[in-house]
Amino acid sequence: MTLPNIPQLPTINEFAITVATVNGSGSQTANQAIVRAIFRMGIPVNGKNLFPSNIQGEPTWFTIRVSARGHSARPAEAPILIAFNPRTAEADLAALPPGGICLYPDDGPWRPRRDDVTGYSLPVKELVAASGFEPRLREYAANMVYVGALAALIGIELEHIRGALLHHFKGKAQPAALNFGVAQAAYERFVAAYPQALAAPRFRLAPLRATDGKILIDGNTAAALGAIFGGVSFLTWYPITPATSLADALGAYLPRLRTGPDGHPAYAIVQAEDEIATLGMAVGAGWAGARAMTCTSGPGLSLMTEFAGLAYFAEIPCVVWDVQRVGPSTGLPTRTAQGDLRAAAFLGHGDARHVVLLPGNVAECFEFGWRAFDLAERLQTLVFVLSDLDLGMNLWTSDLLAYPDAPMDRGKVLSAADLERLGSFARFADPEGDGIGARTLPGNPHPLAATLSRGTGHNERNLYSERPEDWKANMDRLSRKYETARRLVPQPVAEEDPEATVGLIGFGSTEGVIREARDLLRAQGLPTSFLRLRAVPLGESARRFVARHRRCVVVELNHDGQMRDLLRIHCPEHAARLLSVAHSDGLPLTAEFVAESVRALKRL
Amino acid sequence: MTTARQPVNALGLTRADYRGAPSTLCAGCGHDSVASQIIAAAFELSLPPHRVIRMSGIGCSSKSAAYFLGRSHGFNSLHGRMPAVTTGAHVANHTLIPLAVSGDGDTGSIGLGGFKHLLRRNVPLVYIIENNGVYGLTKGQFSATADEGARLKHAGVNLLPPIDLCAEALLAGCGFVARSFAGDAKQVRELIKAAFAFHGTAVLDVISPCVTFNNHDDSTKSYAYGKAHEEPLHDVTFIPRYEEMVAEFAPGEVRDLRLHDGPVIRLRRLAADHDPSDRLAALMLLEQARAAGEFITGLIYLSEGRPTLAESLGLGPTPLAELPADTLRPPPEALAAVNDEFR
Repeated sequence: MTLPNIPQLPTINEFAITVATVNGSGSQTANQAIVRAIFRMGIPVNGKNLFPSNIQGEPTWFTIRVSARGHSARPAEAPILIAFNPRTAEADLAALPPGGICLYPDDGPWRPRRDDVTGYSLPVKELVAASGFEPRLREYAANMVYVGALAALIGIELEHIRGALLHHFKGKAQPAALNFGVAQAAYERFVAAYPQALAAPRFRLAPLRATDGKILIDGNTAAALGAIFGGVSFLTWYPITPATSLADALGAYLPRLRTGPDGHPAYAIVQAEDEIATLGMAVGAGWAGARAMTCTSGPGLSLMTEFAGLAYFAEIPCVVWDVQRVGPSTGLPTRTAQGDLRAAAFLGHGDARHVVLLPGNVAECFEFGWRAFDLAERLQTLVFVLSDLDLGMNLWTSDLLAYPDAPMDRGKVLSAADLERLGSFARFADPEGDGIGARTLPGNPHPLAATLSRGTGHNERNLYSERPEDWKANMDRLSRKYETARRLVPQPVAEEDPEATVGLIGFGSTEGVIREARDLLRAQGLPTSFLRLRAVPLGESARRFVARHRRCVVVELNHDGQMRDLLRIHCPEHAARLLSVAHSDGLPLTAEFVAESVRALKRL
Repeated sequence: MTTARQPVNALGLTRADYRGAPSTLCAGCGHDSVASQIIAAAFELSLPPHRVIRMSGIGCSSKSAAYFLGRSHGFNSLHGRMPAVTTGAHVANHTLIPLAVSGDGDTGSIGLGGFKHLLRRNVPLVYIIENNGVYGLTKGQFSATADEGARLKHAGVNLLPPIDLCAEALLAGCGFVARSFAGDAKQVRELIKAAFAFHGTAVLDVISPCVTFNNHDDSTKSYAYGKAHEEPLHDVTFIPRYEEMVAEFAPGEVRDLRLHDGPVIRLRRLAADHDPSDRLAALMLLEQARAAGEFITGLIYLSEGRPTLAESLGLGPTPLAELPADTLRPPPEALAAVNDEFR
């Protein structure tokens, strides 16, 4: 087949690129430079890294989605392929849609052999040799060749490539210039070698102003910054993908943002021996009055189970970020999912129920980063924040991080003077009827202040008790507290379409996917409303949303339909209205998949 | 209430001010003897009760945290997890004085990993292991410190070698390692006082008989065995201030170990001389005692100088838990600058 010989209008600012490389070859530098350069042209863009659980040598794919409309979901197909991994090149080529473009290096025997794909060979061998890179960094230079060629092909301004590299190297001119030199040479060679590609371009960028007032950031960095502006003073953690970069970001920003006026760190970071100890330390610090957090992923969450129950029952504030990966078990450590919802909401044996915040975008990772501490101290309990690998580790075009709009809420803490005024103290009394007692912190010198916190049965005065009525009264109070939490947590965001009889319900990183799927469905004659849940416990507004729609489809990135199940428990009277599109294969959902799955539902 | 006749300490508190709730342990339990010595030591040292935090895990020993220092804050946490909780509390407020009781199940089995890492971090803590070689609350199973060949009514014969918690502590870098016997009240008390003066984690492995499940005469963790076989390395006296030392001793008879804040641990030689500053000698001592089936007690190892966890973290004088809001939350300009960096 030959391409039709009629001039085609290029697709502007609305396409995707797949970069196939080998992990450990430094392609992140190249890929992130491309994303940032496009962002600096004012065009909304995001990048998703699909990487193996491996250090070096395995295939990795990076998808760049350019979307003037602001769509951020994983694209169903990418018409431009940078085929820099000979092992996967043939399969990557097969995935290109007809009319696709393939950039490939000339330093190996592989060539794209498809009539409906245009291939451009890049002079990697020659440019790397001329790059001035020392031999062990040659792969980095090779990556810069595709950066330059792609810039020429789709029209990334070189000045923005230069700026993005300078950003990446944190202002260090020498490595930025070395890398830029290769990109520039590749750009010039591409322009000279393939004038036809530029004369009748298929995919082009055109500068916009759509990223003014926006930033390009990953969710884990936003979460870390949120925690810092929320006053975190103690991070305890154990290395685990994909939460490690959250701890790393805290380690990078805390020294700068939170060195105290006396020059001492107004924070501490401890890498613990396991996730049992991470939450144990956070609980100890929360008990002693610090704003303590830990960050983890599924396997760590499992290890934290017993301490989660203790924090719930002894009523200790602390924050756990779970950047979810695919489980059960070790699962797919470097792939994304929303599969820990059920575990987090009920972590621990017995009647334990937890507050779980569900940030839907990176700006909310920041917001919930600080808000989680206020909720934890107000409610005197463990607060989970569920992010995921897609949200946490990928680059998103985002609104600016917004400064907290409320002063810190340290909750009900009694000072010695308070105790003197009150004349008595019962840790778990509930005079305000919100289920929350007042606590005293260790070090409070008042003779009434001391109590022995415990995970064993206790009465209102926090003394050991096996009396049935004490146990029952305590659990009843914890239920009242859960109702208080229901009112205090971030409420859902609803986008109602007056024509819709079907509602889509989602949470977390699928926000963009569902938004795009709604556009597809509307174009296909199925208008939908959208409810984005932002926390558990679920509230009345979720119940009302379900009641207002003939059917609601809960879209989520797990196998079992965990949120659908929670909603059915929350509003059993509407259980039959709640349908499920639940899917987990390690990859972020695509809008096309969601739209097709919704339309395929039999009972819609 | 303080009455005129009751002795008071430097804070004007009586011994009763350091008591806790009445014990619910079995009558004669070794842990109750240890609790009385904790009360005595805290009273004699004039510890401000509100500065002390009493920490424990789960088990008979950990229950006893309720039975002393009732005016101190405390946390009866999870089985084997006292070290993690105490580490967190220390980082949050390093001006507190942690005192922990935990058992051999806590320390030697479920929490052995946490125990070792606590010591690596050198969290300042008086860590009293009430070691009876048996699980009491679950009615008499062997613990990891039970001697090989030990017999229990239901559990039968223990075929596994014991974990020596003092040796584990030494290998993990602990700078204060002592073993004692609940039946030796004076030694327990003096070692607790010395442990409070130590700068770092102090481990006291106290053989504390379980009168219900492991106190038969052939048990190496029984009162009878302890009384008959205890071989103190030294006679230990804790002297809060050096200038108060009055007694004269012949050269070679005593070894005075001065701690960083000025107090002295005076060791009066009894039999063979053991130098507690020699780590290798301490390990050999434990190994020789194990091989010979000897029950040695006393200060096995003492070495100050390693930084505490708070020092390693570079924490300032104000505890993290007491930092004001304007230190905890950077100003809006700081966020504006951060936002700029992500463009």
